[in-house]
Amino acid sequence: MHQEFRISSGGFIDRSKEISFIFNGKKYYGYRGDTLASALLANGIHLIGRSFKYHRPRGIFAAGVEDANGKVQLYKDNITEPNVNVTEVELVEGLRIESQNCWPSVDFDVGGINNFFSRFFPAGFYYKTFMWPKSFWYHVYEPFIRKAAGMGKAPLDPDPDRYEHQYEHCDILVVGSGPSGIASALSAAKNGARVILAEDKSRFGGSLLTDNVTIGNKNGDEWVEDSIAELESMPNVTVRKRSQVFGYYDHNMLVMFERCKDHLKNPAPYTPRQRLWYIRAKHVIISTGSIERPLIFANNDRPGIMLANSAREYLKVYGVLTGKNPIVFTNNDTAYETAIEFKAKGINTIILDTRKSSNAGVVQEAKNLGIEIKFNHGIANTSGYKKVNSATIGELNNTKDGYKNLQTLPCDSIFVSGNWTPTVHLASQSGNKLKYEVETDTFLPHQSRQKETVIGSANGSFTLKESLADGFKKGFQISDEITKNSKELSVPLSYEKDFRSHDKFWCMPLPNNKNHKRFVDFQNDVAVSDIQLAVREGFRSIEHVKRYTTLGMATDQGKTSNLNGLQLVSDLEKKIVPEVGHTTFRPPYTSVTIGTLIGREVGKNYQATRKSPMHEWHEKNNAVFVDAGLWLRPRYYNRGEETLHEASIREALNVRQNVGICDVTSLGKIDIKGKDSAEFLNRVYTNAFLKLPVGKARYGVMLREDGMVFDDGTTTRISENHFHMTTTTAQAANVLSHLEYYLQVVWPELDVNVVSTTEQWAGMAIAGPNSRALLKKLFPHDDVSNEGFPFMGFKEFKFKNITARVFRISFSGELAFEVNVMSDYGEEMWNEIMLLGEDLGIQPYGTEALSTLRIEMGHVAGSEIDGRTIAYDLSLEGMLSQKKDFIGKRSLTRKAFAEKDREKIVGVVPLDKKTSIPEGSYLVENAKASFPNPKLGHVSASCWSVEYDNPFSLAIIKDGKNRKGEKLFAVSPLKNIVIPVEIISQHYVDPEGKRVRS
Amino acid sequence: MLEIKCPYCGNRSQNEFAYGGDATVKRPELNSVISDQEWDEFVYYRKNPRGNHLELWHHVSGCRQWFKVFRNTATHEIIQTMEMKENP
Ligand SMILES: [Zn+2]
Repeated sequence: MHQEFRISSGGFIDRSKEISFIFNGKKYYGYRGDTLASALLANGIHLIGRSFKYHRPRGIFAAGVEDANGKVQLYKDNITEPNVNVTEVELVEGLRIESQNCWPSVDFDVGGINNFFSRFFPAGFYYKTFMWPKSFWYHVYEPFIRKAAGMGKAPLDPDPDRYEHQYEHCDILVVGSGPSGIASALSAAKNGARVILAEDKSRFGGSLLTDNVTIGNKNGDEWVEDSIAELESMPNVTVRKRSQVFGYYDHNMLVMFERCKDHLKNPAPYTPRQRLWYIRAKHVIISTGSIERPLIFANNDRPGIMLANSAREYLKVYGVLTGKNPIVFTNNDTAYETAIEFKAKGINTIILDTRKSSNAGVVQEAKNLGIEIKFNHGIANTSGYKKVNSATIGELNNTKDGYKNLQTLPCDSIFVSGNWTPTVHLASQSGNKLKYEVETDTFLPHQSRQKETVIGSANGSFTLKESLADGFKKGFQISDEITKNSKELSVPLSYEKDFRSHDKFWCMPLPNNKNHKRFVDFQNDVAVSDIQLAVREGFRSIEHVKRYTTLGMATDQGKTSNLNGLQLVSDLEKKIVPEVGHTTFRPPYTSVTIGTLIGREVGKNYQATRKSPMHEWHEKNNAVFVDAGLWLRPRYYNRGEETLHEASIREALNVRQNVGICDVTSLGKIDIKGKDSAEFLNRVYTNAFLKLPVGKARYGVMLREDGMVFDDGTTTRISENHFHMTTTTAQAANVLSHLEYYLQVVWPELDVNVVSTTEQWAGMAIAGPNSRALLKKLFPHDDVSNEGFPFMGFKEFKFKNITARVFRISFSGELAFEVNVMSDYGEEMWNEIMLLGEDLGIQPYGTEALSTLRIEMGHVAGSEIDGRTIAYDLSLEGMLSQKKDFIGKRSLTRKAFAEKDREKIVGVVPLDKKTSIPEGSYLVENAKASFPNPKLGHVSASCWSVEYDNPFSLAIIKDGKNRKGEKLFAVSPLKNIVIPVEIISQHYVDPEGKRVRS
Repeated sequence: MLEIKCPYCGNRSQNEFAYGGDATVKRPELNSVISDQEWDEFVYYRKNPRGNHLELWHHVSGCRQWFKVFRNTATHEIIQTMEMKENP
């Protein structure tokens, strides 16, 4: 199909592969090898979207990541992505794009009216206007700003694509495949270094794709092709294109995303869309090149106005004419090459040069070709609403603050060049202190903090000869420090055109008595007048000017605007640029899709899932699972139409009446061995452990050094120097680290070893009045009587060939045993227990029934041991040994811990014996008091007592010790309920603890 | 992300480790009689130096050893790592 602005030959696109795409509902064609930008431009489309604040029409301004305007909403295969840069998306079958930030259409945008009121939208407008009254913020201002400021539409569905992460180590990472990058990669690789070469575009070569140069006896692009082929053939080299290194972090850790899928017509199944690389490099060579800087003049933002070198890139790489009647406007020599290339395609340009003259070879060449050059000229203004159609130009006066005369030149495009800005972002992220070079008006890398070296034009070497020499030399030197191979390549001869000076003049004066906008930051609509206003209003720090005006804060992060903004501030303050300084460069260098950062850690894969050996049994028996940290634990076992509430009551009641079995594998288990084990436990726990007899378990409480209760559990003496500790599920990992800390750091003289055995043992609690009868059936030859196997006893029994560790401990408050077998035998043991327990009325019970049982017994758990309670608060003060020191004991003498009216745990029942009290409710004396109503305490856990068939809660309440019998109110502002309650003992069931000893 | 040389395992990325605070803090001896001030110093007060800092790290997702790291908090430069019994 006809592409009006495509030339018939040349470039790196494949004219035999036509690809269609849809832009704002209309079908267009491009070729394989195009970007969306080059395909749009081939069809003469410059107008892409509307600007952020004034909704001004904006067009494609550049050819790479620096483009600030070409943001679209992208649709492909029912997937949509906002704020996609048309210069970065490769054309592939099935793309549909739509303009953003315009309504109803990019051609007629209602928001464009902001443009006519633009003098009411100066810098800081939002800060100044949307302040009062406060209530207006939520209902009026914020919705208005959100609508006005809206860029693309965020997708509402989960990202269907797959993203992967990869870790890589190398000797040298080379970022950027221009002449210096390829030279250094070749040089380092030939010297034996392990090299990664990364290029963000879809083609290697950087400036060599567009420049008329030779290296050795090859054209620039041929040298690129041969060099890359050679690098790819070497086993010590990884070469990646479509790969953007976007962050430089500490210890030479860099992150890069590789686009793997979007450019493919028929990607293989499971092809990741992008791959995130974490690269740890011994040394980083930054050869990221430089970005052309715009010139600033009135109405310099119209579609059709673009960077001169980008216009050349569209012509040389994509065979696209970005204009047929262009003006080239420059303050330096490099833009002349664009005019020369257009001339070669039969397009005549006029060059406006702010300088009085130039004797560079390339200027002479342009003259010889008969290209019209107007020295000492500037553009005073432009016209054309949706596309530039003329420029008002004039000769600059002697002081360059006005024009001697003005004339209007028709045109269809303006190619601007305000000199070059080295891409120093990565070096700066790494901690390199930049220095300002006055001669070229650039910030250059200066003092590295990490192992990085910047070469080529990123380091201010703007000639090919310098870049190549630098690349080969640094590649050798850096690799030789690592490999010591001493194999050095010679630098090939090269030819390039002669470019020289630039003019320090870059911000054109306005025509007399006009106040047109001269844009510095296109995406955020920051004009010269905004920066002037900010400085006038007293903003001095460049970081403040940036935030007040939003200069450089758009998604392009000011790649084309920051330096012009800095120069403007320094001019206004009559300072030199280095005194003003620069804003901080922060990762990411370009926008990164969130999916890439997440990788495969999506949904359930965000964390590992831990399952007990009996998990499949639970699944088969209708368990409804609950997350307990990483563990999946049965919450209840569903029977028929039961609700959670009904099921948990049935299960808990069955424990109280018959016998139940609960999977307790997730409790932390720590094996402790060594001759000082008892002494160590005696220091770790608040109660005595030295004289715990072999074959006995003991409940223990441990504190943090600040005196707060840290965890609780039972620890059993298996033999003289061998203990088995249990922790809560939640604190298992922390307790192990805690023990290791004291053994390795504080008391290394103790001969003790600890290791987690949580996964090695399958744990099952058998609880209820029938549990002994069940145990007898399980181990018929062993003595399980109350005398032979008393409360807190421990025995090893044999079942078939399985050794079972049996502990007579109880969390439910009933007669109970905990059976541990090696994990592989867990399911077999569980099945056996279920079988033998059938006629004793056994039922499995989940965490919900488990909670019910412990709450009505008044046992504390994680909701009470919340890191803010001391032993007294939990009525565990009896556990504090008076005879020995232990971790955290010294803190207990703190004044606040000794207050007589401290919080204490109590039981709470609603007066109506019907209304369940929501966990987290406050306890107050007066339900009708005005806010803030003094809070006496909070409800930590609630259940439906199966013993009494009414609600029961635990609470931690001020002066709880003296409140039994008091009538208070539980209030839940969240649920808007008030419940009259009575304070009772925390031990609602069996307060003397007879059952566990029965 | 820092790269930390565990004295037992070699160079590993930071995400295998847990930070453990100032390594120069010494826990008071058990059963010693000390002032509130001394105890508070141990439990709560920590310097926050800009510059060299001797600190504890725990190789949690590795050998599970605690060890010392001598690190510059301003530049993240790790000058030295060592076993608990060693000093810089
Ligand atoms: Zn280690």
